[in-house]
Amino acid sequence: MVSGLINANPVIYEKKERRVRSAPSVGDDEHAVEPIDQLELEARFVRVFIFLTFLNHIRDIKDPEHPYSLEELKVITEDAIEVDDNHSYVRVTFTPTVEHCSMATVIGLCLRVKLMRSLPQRYKVDIRVAPGTHATESAVNKQLNDKERVAAALENPNLVDMVDECLAPSYA
Amino acid sequence: MDLHDDGNMILKEIQTLEGHTDRVWSLAWNPATATSPVFASCSGDKTVRIWEQTPSTRLWHCKAVLEETHTRTVRSCAWSPSGKLLATASFDATTSIWENISGDFECVSTLEGHENEVKSVSWNASGSFLATCSRDKTVWIWEVMPGNEFECASVLQGHTQDVKMVKWHPTMDVLFSCSYDNTVKVWAEDGTGDWHCVQTLGESNKYSLFPSFPPNPFLCFYATLVDALFFFIRPLCWLADIVSGHSSTVWALSFNAEGDRMVTCSDDLTLKIWETDVGRMVLGDDHAPWNHLCTLSGYHDRTIFSVHWSREGIIASGAADDGLRFFLENKDGLVDGPSYKLLLKREKAHNMDINSVQWGPGETRLLASTSDDGKIKIWELATLT
Repeated sequence: MVSGLINANPVIYEKKERRVRSAPSVGDDEHAVEPIDQLELEARFVRVFIFLTFLNHIRDIKDPEHPYSLEELKVITEDAIEVDDNHSYVRVTFTPTVEHCSMATVIGLCLRVKLMRSLPQRYKVDIRVAPGTHATESAVNKQLNDKERVAAALENPNLVDMVDECLAPSYA
Repeated sequence: MDLHDDGNMILKEIQTLEGHTDRVWSLAWNPATATSPVFASCSGDKTVRIWEQTPSTRLWHCKAVLEETHTRTVRSCAWSPSGKLLATASFDATTSIWENISGDFECVSTLEGHENEVKSVSWNASGSFLATCSRDKTVWIWEVMPGNEFECASVLQGHTQDVKMVKWHPTMDVLFSCSYDNTVKVWAEDGTGDWHCVQTLGESNKYSLFPSFPPNPFLCFYATLVDALFFFIRPLCWLADIVSGHSSTVWALSFNAEGDRMVTCSDDLTLKIWETDVGRMVLGDDHAPWNHLCTLSGYHDRTIFSVHWSREGIIASGAADDGLRFFLENKDGLVDGPSYKLLLKREKAHNMDINSVQWGPGETRLLASTSDDGKIKIWELATLT
């Protein structure tokens, strides 16, 4: 499942340019390969669209401790979101601001809630701390991906308030 | 019926049941209704639903909704062996006992004591004990008293993280619990009413024949002897792959009909089969150790949440990859010891994670599965003719 992941960013713009270039070339010797190329472009377009939608969804999430968005703090970058829409799979890797950041699980919970609320149900989501960026990396990862714990956390009014506050600017 | 011929089984989807408005966590077939099956399901929508089969159409319909009792997710449910009482465990930290009083289900008792979410509930074979477990890392044993009274008999501490599931052995008063701490623990009573952990099936499966409570001097001596012996034998055990436990959360476990084998499923994407000495168990030795028999890996590619062993020996598993898998003991080649083979698989059995799979109590091979998509599906594993 993981093998088909796409780090879409560097690929997107390259392919977009290619599409523009290929349009006027219809009729010349490239014509034979055009249909295949077009299909590939369409698939890529879908992936890019989903990727950008994700980015808009999650990059405005506010850091629980600071008045900045996660993107401004480099907690989330474009490279950190991997999308495989063929397998309906998303992986988000985030970087806590300090190694002992106690808010890492809350940030992760915010990411999960945001994606749960905005993605089609068929998507499987894994959320991870970037390797080597948190003192209790595996414990945080395990907790964030245990759906029973997430479900219980989301029935805790205090935690839900905190998450809603973090998501406020982008959740409409 | 020969279950050992390849390719003669087919999985038929009988019915999809809708009604729950949130993920369906778990379900339990009523063991006393084999001819006209009834089961209960529980959900994140805080309700429990009772489903009954209409004999004429052989289709299920919702007979009752048990609501306004639990204030949070109902995580698990279990019928007493007589089928008269239903126990429900909830994230609201309580366990409720429901009785079917002339067709209506009434909450007749509420068990309080856990500090937070209760995750699983199980009745022993005779219906005299109930066990519950929680995120508070404890397992509670409740004694069933006359008049729907439940008295806490023991609070078992030993797991280092939340306990995901408790399950009594099908014939003996030995309790099994599995946990977020990656282990399975075996609990037994020592003859004086005290319950202790007699074995931990963990990643580094330290041999513990007589761990904490040898009640008589002979056993004490024997335990020391065994420990000394295993000091020398342990390196050999490592070589022989005795280090065999799960490497992530153990979500569920189930026993075969004979009660001498157990299957566990985990977030580490494997199923493991464990075996004990049935002879020693028949003689009343609660502490016959469980040993790792084999590991089934490569069949699911996301967390395996549920596993259930049918009476005739078919293991069904359901996972977060939305798929169902069926396994059967491979009796062809016993050269390398017992092994299990994939009998059948169904991708996309549900649109979302599968949380629970349970075989029905009747003669036909009926399986019910529950999912995050809010649906319950009834399947029949039929033989091609």
